[in-house]
Amino acid sequence: MSGNLAWWIEIPVALLLVLSGLFALAAGVGVVRFKTFFQRMHPPALAYSFAAWCVTLASIVYFSAQDDKLALRSWLIIIFLSLTVPVTTILLARTELFRRRTAGGGSGRSGDEIPPALNQELI
Amino acid sequence: MRRLFPSPLLSLALVALWLLLNNSFGLGQWLMALLLGWLVPWLTHSLRPTPVRFSHPWVALRLFFQVGRDVLVWNWRVLKGTVAPADKVPQGGFVVVPLDLRDPNGLAVLAAIMCVIPGTIWSELALDRSALLVHMFDMDDAQAEIDLIKHRYERPLMEIFE
Repeated sequence: MSGNLAWWIEIPVALLLVLSGLFALAAGVGVVRFKTFFQRMHPPALAYSFAAWCVTLASIVYFSAQDDKLALRSWLIIIFLSLTVPVTTILLARTELFRRRTAGGGSGRSGDEIPPALNQELI
Repeated sequence: MRRLFPSPLLSLALVALWLLLNNSFGLGQWLMALLLGWLVPWLTHSLRPTPVRFSHPWVALRLFFQVGRDVLVWNWRVLKGTVAPADKVPQGGFVVVPLDLRDPNGLAVLAAIMCVIPGTIWSELALDRSALLVHMFDMDDAQAEIDLIKHRYERPLMEIFE
């Protein structure tokens, strides 16, 4: 940081960034810890929801204080993220369901069963 | 007017988006924003087969804040579940949610909500849109979660889009 901002701006910004880092770290830990594909899909959501919000909020606070005007522009990142994330999430989930139903496989652990298809004709 | 701007809300959103992205409100940016706001909805008209009928903006606003709050709550729950000791790690599973919402635009918004909220993953939609397969992070009280999805998200979306 440039060092010309008041401490009551810098401390919340720093806290938000650390908080965001912790949630992103937890997302990574979750991917390593969980054993089934679908359970693994949940922790990364931490990174693109709350962690991303914190970084964005930090940038809004920091640049608003630096430029002396409300810099809400960064919030566009959150809007675009919320619009694009569902595309990849659903694509991944659909791919895994399709793969497991046609080719079988999986870890065989409890909680790793794939339910029957809602659309039998499409598998 | 209707032919020039087939979806006025989308045009308005595009104009606002362009101006915000460029962070300037000069004449050139205004012209470019208006051009985009006119051209993009017109060119992509055939990609949006069902027109968006949007009503009850207050319900939409309440839903927006509800989703924001739920994202925070679920972030906390998934974080707790992720760092929980090995014997307390939550067991996920699939649930089938019966749907009453039929409007494709409403379903698209529901899909976005379910994906952005950690802890729920939209996995499959029945062809006749009567049921939805969701993977839940935590199956402790699956029926309560189904009721929550129907009550909190589906009902407001039906009010807004139907």
